[in-house]
Amino acid sequence: MSKKTGTTKNEKLGAFLRRGSVPLMFIVLCAACIPIAGLSPSYLANEVVTRMGRNAFLILSLLIPIMAGMGLNFGMTLGAMAGEIGLILVADWQIVGIPGMVLAMIISIPISILLGFFCGKILNMAKGREMITSYIISYFMNGVYQLVVLYLMGSVIPIKHSSIKLPRGYGIRNTVSLLEMRQKLDNLIPLTIGGVKIPVMTFIVIGLMCLVIVWFRRTKLGQDMRAVGQDMAVARDAGINVERTRILSIIISTVLAGFGMVIYLQNMGNIPTYTAHSQIGMFCIAALLVGGASVDKASIGNVFLGVILFHLMFIVAPRAGAAITGDSMIGEYFRVFVSYAVITVALIMYETNKRRAKSAEGERLRQEQLKEEKKA
Amino acid sequence: MNDIANSKKEKSWLKRLVESYGLPRLIITVFLLLLLVLAPFVGADLPTQVSNIIARFSWNGILVLAMIPMVHSGCGLNFGLPLGVISGLLGATISIELGFTGAFSFVMAILIATPFALIFGMGYGWLLNKIKGGEMMIATYVGFSSVSLMCMMWLVLPYKSPNMVWGLSGKGLRTTISLDGYYNQVLAKFLQIQIGNLVIPVGTLLFFAVLALAIWAFLHTKTGTAMTAVGSNPVFARAAGINVNKMRMLSVVMSTWVAAVGILVYEQGFGFVQLYTAPFAMTLPTVSAILIGGATVNKATITNVIIGTILFQGIVTMTPTVMNNMIHMDMSEVIRIIVSNGMILYALTRKTEGSK
Repeated sequence: MSKKTGTTKNEKLGAFLRRGSVPLMFIVLCAACIPIAGLSPSYLANEVVTRMGRNAFLILSLLIPIMAGMGLNFGMTLGAMAGEIGLILVADWQIVGIPGMVLAMIISIPISILLGFFCGKILNMAKGREMITSYIISYFMNGVYQLVVLYLMGSVIPIKHSSIKLPRGYGIRNTVSLLEMRQKLDNLIPLTIGGVKIPVMTFIVIGLMCLVIVWFRRTKLGQDMRAVGQDMAVARDAGINVERTRILSIIISTVLAGFGMVIYLQNMGNIPTYTAHSQIGMFCIAALLVGGASVDKASIGNVFLGVILFHLMFIVAPRAGAAITGDSMIGEYFRVFVSYAVITVALIMYETNKRRAKSAEGERLRQEQLKEEKKA
Repeated sequence: MNDIANSKKEKSWLKRLVESYGLPRLIITVFLLLLLVLAPFVGADLPTQVSNIIARFSWNGILVLAMIPMVHSGCGLNFGLPLGVISGLLGATISIELGFTGAFSFVMAILIATPFALIFGMGYGWLLNKIKGGEMMIATYVGFSSVSLMCMMWLVLPYKSPNMVWGLSGKGLRTTISLDGYYNQVLAKFLQIQIGNLVIPVGTLLFFAVLALAIWAFLHTKTGTAMTAVGSNPVFARAAGINVNKMRMLSVVMSTWVAAVGILVYEQGFGFVQLYTAPFAMTLPTVSAILIGGATVNKATITNVIIGTILFQGIVTMTPTVMNNMIHMDMSEVIRIIVSNGMILYALTRKTEGSK
């Protein structure tokens, strides 16, 4: 008996190390890079706090599909596009500040719901390969987004101001300025501690969102999602409408990503119309994974740890790379490489674990059968 | 009574055609034919357009061909194409660095690329054997990571040839390297036929045909059949005494090598070596080309490759000219994105492929 608990303890330690290996690696990496980069601590703290406020909400939007067993939602880009469309329209209507943000979010909701529904429907048709499918959906929708923003806006959807319209009369310029909205949410309650500016209101919004997610996990729908994530067949037998639950999880994620994008862009102060969303999915997913999340398990803690570590690396890597090799591009490529590599490693670990669990299950069944045969 | 039966039969015949040919492929074919018919009316020169399509087909054909072995062994669509592309790029740059010129540099590039393709392919195949079932997603990211790793390598590796490195600093490869004096157009100019404005790069087409024939022949050997068996039913294949992992490994190595050759052929047509992030852009068009040709996630033939590449490249070349002339609006990029990714989505969601 005691021996048995010993092995499980060892297993637990092993599992902890496996889970913790990515964050640990990053802590070591950052610790090595920070002295080389030679940036002042207050600058680093400032940057990390700013980026946390900017990105945390977006990353939170990834949690719910993971709960429903749909893996990393590369389709969060869809929500980001909806948020951008909302902001472009608001910028044209010249509604500024917080009301503008709220209105942009409200506009993004129906678009997000529609896109999320579309995405969820397709993912239901591609069960078992949700991630690659959602990844391709994000590319596909990028095409549709360009069609809408580059050709329909201004010609079908009325856009008044020439400051955001291309000179040819339709289509949106490469960058849309959000000067009047820039960091309005961050600075709503000004607070500076030891030279570090803290976007209090943004943190409050993020905190509220965390509470909502915690609450949501306990609701009927949240429980259903977890059941679906555990085992679709069992959930179906238990009377849960699996398809509907999965679609809902994607819709919620898309809507949240839309809100997240509005928060992200109010901090940036302008919209890079055609590129803002293209990398956002990858960086958010990489950050979440750096925080120690896996494809089938992620917590709010992972989000915050991930944002801090990933963006710390993001800030110091180019400087450190430049200091070591004398070429700033190396560091630039290095951080892109790290984001991709982290996702790759996480995906490989997830698949191997899945296979290990499957073979363990097979082994257990075999043992049971042997036992029964012995009895007979 | 007879009439009804007849009309029913006819309808089912039409339906069967749509089913066997695939609705998206039908739409794309009709669209391309429409573009070809419209081209002369909007002032585009048809022979030039057709030669463009043929040229682009000859550049891309072999890259698309690289999908076949992996699809056959059940590894899914080769989203890890960049790995092969990188082997090819290494071959190309090292061949130039060593000072080979003319057609010989092309041969050397293929020879030098081969060991890289074998090593990368073996590593990649080993990895894919560890994660059966999740190949496509992981392949995508293996491709991305290797491309971004190579971005650093292109800067760091000790290349010296003045034709390739940045002029000012004298180190680090340029983003695009001209192949003038090396193997620019070596295949295309070989036996080239020119009738008026119609140009046919016979050499490149022959090269494609030889490789395609080789793959077709391989798939009909004992090993090739075993590979197909692994793809269509791994459990059955194992029961029949086939080493599943070995077959999959072989298919991945083949795919990687063909992709390496494919990018070299692409470069000889295009005239430039594109480094750094360029390999990112190769994967999705290639994957969607074979899907447009009627392939599915676990079934692909040489015919799919040929039809798919012609259709895809046809749309890519024709839409800008025709659209531009017709409505003075260049929507080709958007159409390309929507068509190619829509096609991949369609293939991923087909129920018949055991999407469980």
